[in-house]
Amino acid sequence: MAGIVELHVPALPEYLQMVRSVVGAAASTGANLKPERVADLRLAVSEATTNAMEAHGLSGLEDRVTVRCDLSASRIEVEVADCGPGFDPNSLPSLPDVNSPDRLRHESGLGVSLMHHLTDETIVESHDDGTAVRLIVHFGD
Amino acid sequence: MLSDFRRSVRNQWVVLALTGELDLGSAPRLHQTVVGEVASGHHHLVIDLSGVDFMDSTGLGSIIGALRRVRSHGGDLLLVCTEQRVLRVFEMCDLDRIFVFHVDVDSAVGTPVRV
Repeated sequence: MAGIVELHVPALPEYLQMVRSVVGAAASTGANLKPERVADLRLAVSEATTNAMEAHGLSGLEDRVTVRCDLSASRIEVEVADCGPGFDPNSLPSLPDVNSPDRLRHESGLGVSLMHHLTDETIVESHDDGTAVRLIVHFGD
Repeated sequence: MLSDFRRSVRNQWVVLALTGELDLGSAPRLHQTVVGEVASGHHHLVIDLSGVDFMDSTGLGSIIGALRRVRSHGGDLLLVCTEQRVLRVFEMCDLDRIFVFHVDVDSAVGTPVRV
């Protein structure tokens, strides 16, 4: 099955669950994608959409966040796009070692590394006028 | 979103039992609750995640903040969690090593409170 599902959601936390549900349902139509892989993609999408919503919230933007699922015979690609001020994905601050007491001072900053961990490919493209995160999961892996 | 949030006190531990999903929509509620408990002098908390079927890094961040907050007052935080998908988030972030997990609330509240 192939097709595209596109959502334009307000940058409000109450829409996160709906985004996860739609992406999970779309991914479940893919050939033989294991439930664990669907759950991983839902988590990765939650991370990307949270970052997008926060980017809009911090900038006072009322624009909607776009979540686009592109399903082909071999993979699903989910793109989460925002209109926030962007960031340099290559210079994200590293977190202290878990054995350091300072580690507990960091409640955020885990999302991008989680996305890489949970998907086959995570591609972050960020500019001054927005960020697009592409999360790709191949079927049959 | 969290669909339910129950509070009880057992053996000097304040038990916060969460049900639903712990994410950007619900993490602030956990944060505020923990801030309130600590401000009221309750520094030994159990967060029961048995009823949580989804948690992302924002939810995890609120639990990290809870641990920091109670420890800064000489207290402690124990977690009850058996859901593999939730435990996996701790593991992927390498944070399973700094939290104490119990399989049920009885086990957690059986831990002596160190004053």
